[in-house]
Amino acid sequence: MKYRLGIDVGGTNTDAVILDENNKVVAKCKEATTSDISTGITKAVKHVLKESGINPSDIADAMLGTTHATNAIVERKGLSKVGVIRISGPSGYAIPPFIEWPEDILKVINHFYVIVKGGYEYNGELLSDIDEDEIRDALKQIKDKGAEALAISGVFSLVNDEQEKAVAELAHEVLGEDFPVTMSNEIGSIGIIERENAAILNAAIRKLADSAYSSFQDVLRSHNIEADLFITQNDGTLMSIEYAKQYPVLTIASGPTNSLRGAAFLTGMKEAIVADVGGTTTDVGVLSKGFPRESSSAVEIGGVRTNFRMPDLITLGLGGGSEVKSENGKITVGPQSVGYRIHTEAKIFGGNSLTATDIAVAAGMFVLGDKTKVSNLSPETVADTIGVIKAMIEEVIDKMKTMATDLPVIVVGGGSILIPDSLVGASQVIKPEHFEVANAIGAAISQVSGSIDGVYDIVTKGREAVIEEVKAAAMAEAVKAGADESTLEIVELEEIPLAYLPSNAVRFRVKAVGELKR
Amino acid sequence: MIYLTEEDLDYIAVGAAILGAGGGGDPYVGKLMAKQAIKKHGKVRLITADEVPDDEIVIPSAMMGAPSVMLEKLPNGNEPENAFRSLEKYLGKKAYAVIPIEAGGLNSTIPIYTAACLGLPLVDADGMGRAFPELPMTTFSVGGISATPMVVCDEKGNKMVIETVTNAWAETLARTATIAMGLSSMIAIYCMNGSQLKKFSVKGTISFAKAIGKRLIEANKEKTDPIEGLLEVTKGFNLFEGKITDVQRDLTTGFVRGKVLMEGIESCKGSNFQLDFQNENLAGTIDGIPVALTPDLITVLDKEKGFPITTENLKYGQRVVVLGIPCDSFWRTEAGLAQVGPRYFKYDYDYTPIEKLAAGRK
Repeated sequence: MKYRLGIDVGGTNTDAVILDENNKVVAKCKEATTSDISTGITKAVKHVLKESGINPSDIADAMLGTTHATNAIVERKGLSKVGVIRISGPSGYAIPPFIEWPEDILKVINHFYVIVKGGYEYNGELLSDIDEDEIRDALKQIKDKGAEALAISGVFSLVNDEQEKAVAELAHEVLGEDFPVTMSNEIGSIGIIERENAAILNAAIRKLADSAYSSFQDVLRSHNIEADLFITQNDGTLMSIEYAKQYPVLTIASGPTNSLRGAAFLTGMKEAIVADVGGTTTDVGVLSKGFPRESSSAVEIGGVRTNFRMPDLITLGLGGGSEVKSENGKITVGPQSVGYRIHTEAKIFGGNSLTATDIAVAAGMFVLGDKTKVSNLSPETVADTIGVIKAMIEEVIDKMKTMATDLPVIVVGGGSILIPDSLVGASQVIKPEHFEVANAIGAAISQVSGSIDGVYDIVTKGREAVIEEVKAAAMAEAVKAGADESTLEIVELEEIPLAYLPSNAVRFRVKAVGELKR
Repeated sequence: MIYLTEEDLDYIAVGAAILGAGGGGDPYVGKLMAKQAIKKHGKVRLITADEVPDDEIVIPSAMMGAPSVMLEKLPNGNEPENAFRSLEKYLGKKAYAVIPIEAGGLNSTIPIYTAACLGLPLVDADGMGRAFPELPMTTFSVGGISATPMVVCDEKGNKMVIETVTNAWAETLARTATIAMGLSSMIAIYCMNGSQLKKFSVKGTISFAKAIGKRLIEANKEKTDPIEGLLEVTKGFNLFEGKITDVQRDLTTGFVRGKVLMEGIESCKGSNFQLDFQNENLAGTIDGIPVALTPDLITVLDKEKGFPITTENLKYGQRVVVLGIPCDSFWRTEAGLAQVGPRYFKYDYDYTPIEKLAAGRK
């Protein structure tokens, strides 16, 4: 029997699960996250190995989800000094790199950039050739400024990456084979400012990510786990640990994604609404084709605008610790919460705050603490409060749904017990087993993806031919990333004609996903 | 005297994007350019149309082409000045001020950039009071002002002077040049004198955009209802609150033509909204009955924060509010409607002002 190990390092808890070949959970645990992350991971790994009793060498794959890189950017800690070469002249001078970056992060990464000749038009034709001497000179300047990492961005490098690659090659020649170089075309989506920002952030966190991921490798090795290692990225799919060390910025939004993916896996559902109920808040998201529906707005990381897309979530001030109040006969639940102090503050634990959990216990929805402490609540108050909670969650479900028909609602997270078993707008309410470690499970069952984003001329080649071309290109990317070709499917195909022009130019965003190749 | 500052740019950019009625492009690039130009060259003086002497000339400065291409191929920075100065040289006259051609994320901010670089004042007016897709769709054109001579300029330094027999020809030739230049260009166009400006422009667009943006940004800061604030400052109508259930884009006709279907939430539960767009939002109907028609403004806003969503960024699942704003009275004339009314865009509706449609619903 072969096994998979899934680990999710969150802000508070480090969760781990071991799944067998049939994706059955054989062990699970929650440990406190530590500042060095590896201590928390070590504890979690020890725990699940012991609980499962399996031979560590039978673990074939290990997946890690972590927001470590995000935290480093937000806290401005451990970031490298970055030099930037933008390949765009004659365009691009109007808005130089590092525009609108917060002062404090600029100081840390010692911003320095050079704009050189080069770039492509939307259709891949040359905007300008690159000039090797100019690039060598720029690289020397960057070296003199003490840069520890390099980011390269080029106009329409998603359409043609040759110039970025050429500059990267020269960079290794001038700055050294091991000098960390980030190319923007690897962090792809159209919009050079955001893509370049992401490339710079990536350059700044490479060293730190390298040591974090290496320590993860060390932890596993020291427990005799010789599995293939993967890191989960923003869209809930995997990258090899070697690739993750080069492009750690791709892990930045992976947190909520893993929890949604875990919910999909635990129920086998691909179209559903997921409510992740915590102590203070509930995140409600939507699964479409088994993946989180993404929000369309640009995401800022530590005050820097990037091109990453986060899952489309509505966060509701409702959780297990939400305080229940009554004013003029009107009952409110949250947004104030006793949070992690629930074990001392809630009535059932002898505290003084009436919480949503107290109400659920009084209503007999489950057994917890000392029920006699809430026996004085009138049945009307209990029923009314449950009505309020139900209405809150139903309103959000209604907002998130895009089909007239009812959808299944999957409830995960520690506060799941609050949610009634029937809801308006829900075809059924499912609280799957192992709901409390849905995020680690999400990491463990991750698949592999490949994406394409570009502007294509659909008149010359024909629309159908272009669609086939972009689908094939996305699939090729997925195979390159380690996907099993026979399991590939296209999960996203966006076709957006460019405004204000005849429809010869269309932007396509395509994503292919498949199972990890065994 | 009123001067535009860097801070004003945050307000104008978002306010103009609301007036862009789904078009006009993402304001981000134009805003950054204008802010930098103000930082470098100083604040831009904002003047009213009345302050321009009748015999002096003003020139609109604008971006043409696909705004989404400009997000990747950023301008060089010289293009707007190059186009403007070239047109002055061709005319043999110096301009008194710069003026925007339309209200929209890009074309309200680019002229501020141009004015800052040239050290000229900016006229608080424009030729649409909103965004439209074609060069002849301006109040200037309705007033008989020729779009040409015009200059089209790219980031490489190429420029082209165009003189045409009609404004429709200006559109055709300038667009062909823009496509050849890599889908985006900067133009200087519709040179007019002070007396024409006073007669044929939409007044106060920049200060209107600023007031709208200020209200929206402050409402978000102060955690008051942004939608309420926008309705008040625009004297607009809350046409619908819903979630987008489908976005259909027709790719066969040559120009972007599409529709968005929404299902009502909260107070609109049980109703359905259909929004027809072609670059801009042009017609809104609830359960088949029109509630707003071009040239009145229809803008889709993010429900929570009230920020505008352009037609390119509409996606299923978004929770939105549809805002309707009455257009400038100039467009409600016969000549105006012939240029930009529902039938021009091939919708089978006669134009009825938005406030009349609203009164009919009550």
